[in-house]
Amino acid sequence: MNYSFSQKFWLVALRIAIGWHFLYEGLVKLANANWSSAGYLLDSEGFLKDFFVNTLAGNPNMLQVIDFINIWGLILIGIGLILGTFERIACISGILLLALYYLSHPPFVGLKYAVPSEGSYLVVNKILIEMIALAVVYVFPTNREFGLDRFIFGPAKNKK
Amino acid sequence: MERRDLLKSLVSLPVVGAFGFEWFRKRNHEKYLTENIRNELNISTDTPEYKPVSKDDKLIRIGLIGYGIRGKDLAKAAGFAHPTMIDEWKKGALENKDDDRYEHFLEQDSLNLQIAGVCDIFDTYGRMAQEAGANALRQGTDGKLNQLPKRYLTHQELLADPTIDAVIIAAPDHWHGPISIAAAKAGKHIYCEKPMTWTVEETYEVRKAIKENNVVFQLGHQGRQNESYLKAKEIIAKGVLGKVNLIEVTTNRNDPNGAWVYPIHPDASPQTIDWNQFIGQAPPHEFSLERFFRWRCWWDYSTGLSGDLLTHEYDAMNQIFGLGIPHSAASSGGIYYFKDGRTVPDVLQTVFEYRDLDLSMVYSATLASNLSRGRKIMGHDAYMELDNSVTVYADRGSTRYKEKMDNGIIDPELPIYTYTPGIKNVDAITSPTSQYFAGRGLMYSYRSGRRIDTTHLHIREWLDAIRFGTKTSCNIDVAFEEAMTAHMGTKAYKENRHVYWDPVKEIIV
Repeated sequence: MNYSFSQKFWLVALRIAIGWHFLYEGLVKLANANWSSAGYLLDSEGFLKDFFVNTLAGNPNMLQVIDFINIWGLILIGIGLILGTFERIACISGILLLALYYLSHPPFVGLKYAVPSEGSYLVVNKILIEMIALAVVYVFPTNREFGLDRFIFGPAKNKK
Repeated sequence: MERRDLLKSLVSLPVVGAFGFEWFRKRNHEKYLTENIRNELNISTDTPEYKPVSKDDKLIRIGLIGYGIRGKDLAKAAGFAHPTMIDEWKKGALENKDDDRYEHFLEQDSLNLQIAGVCDIFDTYGRMAQEAGANALRQGTDGKLNQLPKRYLTHQELLADPTIDAVIIAAPDHWHGPISIAAAKAGKHIYCEKPMTWTVEETYEVRKAIKENNVVFQLGHQGRQNESYLKAKEIIAKGVLGKVNLIEVTTNRNDPNGAWVYPIHPDASPQTIDWNQFIGQAPPHEFSLERFFRWRCWWDYSTGLSGDLLTHEYDAMNQIFGLGIPHSAASSGGIYYFKDGRTVPDVLQTVFEYRDLDLSMVYSATLASNLSRGRKIMGHDAYMELDNSVTVYADRGSTRYKEKMDNGIIDPELPIYTYTPGIKNVDAITSPTSQYFAGRGLMYSYRSGRRIDTTHLHIREWLDAIRFGTKTSCNIDVAFEEAMTAHMGTKAYKENRHVYWDPVKEIIV
């Protein structure tokens, strides 16, 4: 890794901030016994609406699986990103989850949602930005420099 | 490993510490708010019990009187759907996974009933009622029917059948009173659709007949079984709203079906309908398919908005407040949109005064706008919005909650209490998002908590009362109050004046 110190610093900061957000989103859902993704899924729009509304939310067993994966996915990805461990898996899983959130509520022209968004978005929203940021973390890994993976797998070898 | 490596691997440990610290701070803050509000309101987390029907329960033999739109619903809620109805649900379920009518019906408990006789004055409905009554196995048209129950051409003959223990009456309004009276005299227990009566005079007679013959009576306000109403009653009894002074209830519909312009059955003709029997005590009129299928549009057979829809709203509030019969009623409105020859109004406002309780109830209805206005209960300290969920907001001017609003524990913008049936753990505070969904009925509809048709529960309560001598919630005294209230609203509209209730003489003046 030939990054400068400030490049490393901000990359690690980005990784940890996203991890913090994921972990908190997961724990909040875990702590609320009544939480379910049903409401969010039922409010889906866009070309995958049928998949989110009928295939996922419409099937109680599937919904339980989705809720479980969502909660524990968020928590584990969050821990991975904060500690810098299993960073690549965490990034890819995180991107996948965010892509699902984005695709169920795409901020496209003409689509309306029951829950108003907290800002103004057209095509690009904060979910998409967080997803792209995770892709950045993925292609500029810092886990074997500043993270538990350095301890587990050894320090990253500097490319010549 | 070098010491430098170890430090670099554990660089984010302080972040984990900070996260934990913040997490517990936030949790404690929420707990502080929730517990403060919870202790202040002191609302129980009880939900109504659900007792399974025992197979040892006595078999009750039912006579179905009337198999029109509501009659079909009632038979279904009792466990008997016509095979074509089941075909339609099955087809619906295949085409749309959200359509769970079939699944829901199969899950509905069997009530240990037998449909022993049916009566409808339209031949097609009469035959369909027989087929529904024989469909104990809940199968479609490809399934097997039990032996068809006997069809009677008049309710008098059905009531004379000694093998019938109890009747479900879903005839037009002008027949509710006469059939109830005759059924009581024949010693049959009665489940009757609302409103209890079509005229004021009948109201006394039905009450007398029920009491003298000691039969179990249940009026068809299935809202009595609504979990939110039960919770609302507790909240109001505990004084959470402070002094309630105004109740606003509404009806909004905007389609022909909602305005009682029902389809006319292709089989219907003077040959297949016993018109004279339909007319009964109503003014004579030549045969009319409109009048037969859309009888709700004419005072000759109907009680209009007052008897049809106001009564549901009134009964909900009577259940919650024990309102009784109002001191006075005033109404206004007219036929403003559906100028199709009907005589009942399609826009109606009725104001009831309850002097003893120091409150007014306003009913406002239109059949030609869908702006949903819901039910609002206004008290000095808080107000309640009541639909399938219960939401309570503190009032900015409240004396009781002033201190808690001043120090930030209560935010008048957010509900201080919400309740959505089906959630086990009732929390004082939910997020605005879940609140938003709950109000629209989008939430929890697919969770494990069983959803049960309120009409099914209402029939079940009636059967329990027959079997075990328990009480029905919509008993004859409550039904008397309901009918008189509706009649006061109608009389005020028709005579264009304030009408009053004399509680000593029990008359409308």
